Amino acid sequence: MTADRDLLIPAAGNGLLHRRALLAAGATAGLVLLAPRPAAAQPPAVPPWSTTPGPPADGYGERSRFEEHVQRTANATAGAPGAGGSRTPLEQLEGIITPNALHFERHHNGVPDIDPAQHRLLIHGQVERPLLFDLESLSRYPLVSAIRFIECSGNSGNLNNPEPPQQSAGGLHGLVSCADWTGVPLGVLLDEAGVRPEARWIVAEGADAAAMSRSVPLEKALDDAVVALYQNGERLRPSNGYPMRLLLPGWEGNMNVKWLRRIQVTDQPAMTKDETSKYSDLGRDGRASLFTFPMQVKSVITSPSGGMTMQGAGLYQISGLAWSGEGRIRRVEISADGGASWAEAALTEPVLSKALTRFRLPWRWNGGPAVLMSRAVDETGAVQPTRAALLAERGTSYRYHYHAIQSWAVTGEGAISNVYA
Amino acid sequence: MSMPERALRQRLATAALAIASLVIAALALSAAPAVAQESPGLGVEATPEQVAAWSLTVLPDGTGLPPGSGTARTGEAIYAQKCLACHGAEGKDGPNDRLAGGHGTLADAAPVKTVGSYWPYATTVFDYIRRAMPFPQPQSLSSDEIYALTAYLLYINEIVGLDDRIDAQSLPSIEMPNAENFYWEYEPNSPGD
Repeated sequence: MTADRDLLIPAAGNGLLHRRALLAAGATAGLVLLAPRPAAAQPPAVPPWSTTPGPPADGYGERSRFEEHVQRTANATAGAPGAGGSRTPLEQLEGIITPNALHFERHHNGVPDIDPAQHRLLIHGQVERPLLFDLESLSRYPLVSAIRFIECSGNSGNLNNPEPPQQSAGGLHGLVSCADWTGVPLGVLLDEAGVRPEARWIVAEGADAAAMSRSVPLEKALDDAVVALYQNGERLRPSNGYPMRLLLPGWEGNMNVKWLRRIQVTDQPAMTKDETSKYSDLGRDGRASLFTFPMQVKSVITSPSGGMTMQGAGLYQISGLAWSGEGRIRRVEISADGGASWAEAALTEPVLSKALTRFRLPWRWNGGPAVLMSRAVDETGAVQPTRAALLAERGTSYRYHYHAIQSWAVTGEGAISNVYA
Repeated sequence: MSMPERALRQRLATAALAIASLVIAALALSAAPAVAQESPGLGVEATPEQVAAWSLTVLPDGTGLPPGSGTARTGEAIYAQKCLACHGAEGKDGPNDRLAGGHGTLADAAPVKTVGSYWPYATTVFDYIRRAMPFPQPQSLSSDEIYALTAYLLYINEIVGLDDRIDAQSLPSIEMPNAENFYWEYEPNSPGD
């Protein structure tokens, strides 16, 4: 124990400790957990579940009834309830995989109830042979798997607001999730259809009531695009595209077209509503950019975070998520003094390209005011910017692709809130 | 960009694509042998009728537009019946997306993005109405109705006249007021991509 304690050496201001401490067994023994303390069932009491047989095994599992408070936060559009979504409660999860029932949702006219026996994927346009595929036939193709995040490009958008919105980490940033996706490389299907030399784009379309549609460069379609059939080992959830969706690793969420039913190969983008009127980036000069596809390097501290209350001075573990649509996370730094000093966080394996990456760092909170920040750097060397720098570059009409450093202020009473620092 | 310039770029891009394809093929073979399996070839050839029945996309050059036509004069009545409740009189002040006005506001602190002030292509109006509107009954309108509604939305943005005939020939030739203010962050197969 003494040796472990010796590892808890300061790494930056206001109590941040060296990340090596996390590697030492037992070093976390003193950690204060941000969870309610158990009220009963301590020795010598013997709890009733130890003296009564439990129910038998069942067909499809349920979580503990004590965890039912862990929910996505939903929002809908007035008069158009299907045009809305829900956010992953990032602050209530650990690791990097988002459970399927908590993966974020964004729908443009509700979740379709698709009978897979009647669903088809049509590939046509500038191809030698227009082809139809069904779920059964696609399931016989050589499958590939990859752990990849999907992030809505509107995620964190209300941090453009002049006053900092007071929400949890998930409420602010929960339009990002990460899953193990399995499916057929789109390039295999395009090859089978025979892409003509003049082709430059594909136009992907969903079978939902919005027939959501985006143009995707052929280059990406032939690179790492996948027609995903499975999400974390089971078939896709209806809210995530059942029975098949497009997966475009690292690119803005709504291009990963759900309920995929049609791919039209073209020599030009379709300029759909969802790539011109929406999901285009309006700059401060009144000009707008199209086709800003990759999601940029970003991170957020999920614990401690907005809405939580510190449980007294002492040793804590800071935990958070970092990701980049351009590749792997190279480094995450944490500040407890509003950016005056920074310490490098430990990255938890696996550190995967275009996947959520978990970072952690021990912190001895002295009970005084603190401002916690995380700053990610990806393998291309791109550094997560400050909010001031991002808004100076873009203005506030840009809305999409917000990826600035998030700041959580901790008061002497232990309350935690979102601040612009 | 002038047309010859674009044509030249396109030719250069074609050459670049050919080289890029070879590189990608070589990488795929060397880096991912587990994936380089033959396709079982289970796609079923689609008939022209099947393709036509599902083809909703309209490209900016007009590809995909069906026969039919409409004017704003006929579109106004359809709009009142099927669109006004959500989008308001003349495309303003409805509970959902505003469709008209806002010209000259894009550099303001609170820009008003509408079909007239923001959208770069008129073909997008037809494409979107056909695939997704009216919100409670998507894909329920006839081609003539969609042309008429498209004409009406362009009319209330002062882009076409009340009796201008909108059809597969005229729609792609309409220049939208804000079209010049979009730039591409991605160009297919341009050097450096």
